[in-house]
Amino acid sequence: MAEPILYLDGVNVSFDGFKALNELSLIVEMGELRTIIGPNGAGKTTMMDVVTGKTRPDTGTVLFKGSHDLTRLDEARIANLGIGRKFQKPTVFDSLTVFENLELALKAPRDPFAALRFKLIGAQRTRIEEILDLIGLTERAFELARILSHGQRQWLEIGMLLMQDPELLLVDEPVAGMTDQETEQTADLLRRIAGQRSVIVVEHDMEFVRALATKVTVLHEGSVLAEGPIDQVQANERVIEVYLGR
Amino acid sequence: MAHPTAAASRAPAPAVLALMALGLVLLVAVPVLNMLPPDSAFYLSDFSVVLVGKYLTYAMLALSIDLIWGYCGILSLGHGAFFTLGGYAMGMYLMRSIGTRGVYRDPILPDFMVFLNWKELPWYWYGFDHFAFAALMVVLVPGLLALGFGWLAFRSRITGVYFSIITQALTFALLLAFFRNDMGFGGNNGLTDFKDLLGFQLNLGSTRRAIYLASLIALVGTYVLCRWITRSKLGRVLIAIRDAESRVRFLGYSVTAYKLFVFTLSAMLAGIAGALYAPQVGIINPSEFSPANSIEAVIWVAVGGRGVLYGAVLGAFAVNGAKTWLTSSVPELWLFVLGGLFIVVTIALPRGLIGLIGLGGGAPRGLGLDRLLPRFTMPKPRRGDG
Repeated sequence: MAEPILYLDGVNVSFDGFKALNELSLIVEMGELRTIIGPNGAGKTTMMDVVTGKTRPDTGTVLFKGSHDLTRLDEARIANLGIGRKFQKPTVFDSLTVFENLELALKAPRDPFAALRFKLIGAQRTRIEEILDLIGLTERAFELARILSHGQRQWLEIGMLLMQDPELLLVDEPVAGMTDQETEQTADLLRRIAGQRSVIVVEHDMEFVRALATKVTVLHEGSVLAEGPIDQVQANERVIEVYLGR
Repeated sequence: MAHPTAAASRAPAPAVLALMALGLVLLVAVPVLNMLPPDSAFYLSDFSVVLVGKYLTYAMLALSIDLIWGYCGILSLGHGAFFTLGGYAMGMYLMRSIGTRGVYRDPILPDFMVFLNWKELPWYWYGFDHFAFAALMVVLVPGLLALGFGWLAFRSRITGVYFSIITQALTFALLLAFFRNDMGFGGNNGLTDFKDLLGFQLNLGSTRRAIYLASLIALVGTYVLCRWITRSKLGRVLIAIRDAESRVRFLGYSVTAYKLFVFTLSAMLAGIAGALYAPQVGIINPSEFSPANSIEAVIWVAVGGRGVLYGAVLGAFAVNGAKTWLTSSVPELWLFVLGGLFIVVTIALPRGLIGLIGLGGGAPRGLGLDRLLPRFTMPKPRRGDG
């Protein structure tokens, strides 16, 4: 069996005494699409912060593809290893066009001097056009990101992550604030993305989790409460207790 | 093959190009008119040449601030420090060129050192008898200071008002240090009584015109350099950092490296501006380090229109022109005007004069100017919110 793409073992993070992650252990396989749910404060976002280098865990192991210790690297290095992250609030560059947003995400040397000399070549342009097509923004390629709708901004951000060609994609609440139709399109987009790469989706929207039809991990108070297919998880006594109160 | 990226549409509009050409013609005309016989109706005095020459160096300083503030969102309120350091480096060369023509006729020591009873030249004055060495120091000293200071600040992710405040502290610390006689930079008198530059007497009209032209060439060169940078992918990364710094980081860019690059470059440009300033005004002293000077330079950029390179140049000329006029006609009014200007521009004219006269960098779709509002961002704690 291949190395898992992501391996978390005994991860602890506390903020001023509050234990955001409590002995969290989690394994995500290569090519897997995984959904993580849990009530507010369960540690979902902190888990993503730990994986992407934004937060350093107090203790614990975080391995990418079995060999890269993510607790020792900063955000930029982790991103260059092949881990992409989508924020909860869509974060794109408002003052740049859709095309330029994707161009910045394109795989290319990342240092300032390389950026100074950078020229877009044919194959890279084709790649950007493919992604534009995938996220449905071809028509708006040369408009400023600022004027996009909320849903389009979300897709643009997902498109930027795809430009990076990551092996692991972390997506934080992608459908928050989306219309039903947009939600459906997003589920479709994420399913198409998974397969070639691993995707972890954090979500509140149960309809959406159902639409994704993946293995679900339930977090509660910083550790894993339950794991399995959505029907099984929703029938779990303890999950019901946590979600509905006792 | 060209695609209409915003970069392509950022080419100046014909109206802007015409304005720039007119400005350039006027600036070139200044030394030419100075060469006319003094009784001619078009004659411009030596004083005017020095005055406009000084504005040229201010415009360079404004460009260097616009590069980091307008594009990358880094508000430095201490850029006067880099400008003044460049001025001091040039001043040290000019001091050593005086030689035995000083009051005390010491071939090596500048007058103020003889006056302080110093017997030997301090080590940090070595080499400044060579112009090439001094010229190197003009960029190296501000550049290295910016590199070290920036490395500490950007690595610790100090942004927004916090960064602005520590840059104020930096220039204030230098002000206090240079005031001290023991520092060996002439104390509160600074460096003055310059005689000549590269063997040309500074009080000759021809030398003044030559320095003026050098300043004009430096300004145009700085503009071209800044334009090249801001239109490259590097420029787009800078704008991206201004818009959403953490997104840039998660895309795999080292934000620290980009900020360091642009901050250091900006400090070097400010240093060159200062080096051209010192021989024109004939003195460089610690008051140039005063925090108010740096703030004033930021106001030039805000008034002109940050995030548009020619806006910074326009702002520097407009505000300094107004200052020269007001301080001679109603001197007590100037500070009120300056303060009022800042308030009015911040509240009513976020795009500065450029926005007022409706020049949008030639951008269709209202682009170019709407990306000029760097936000003050509070530093976010490094750890997540749980």
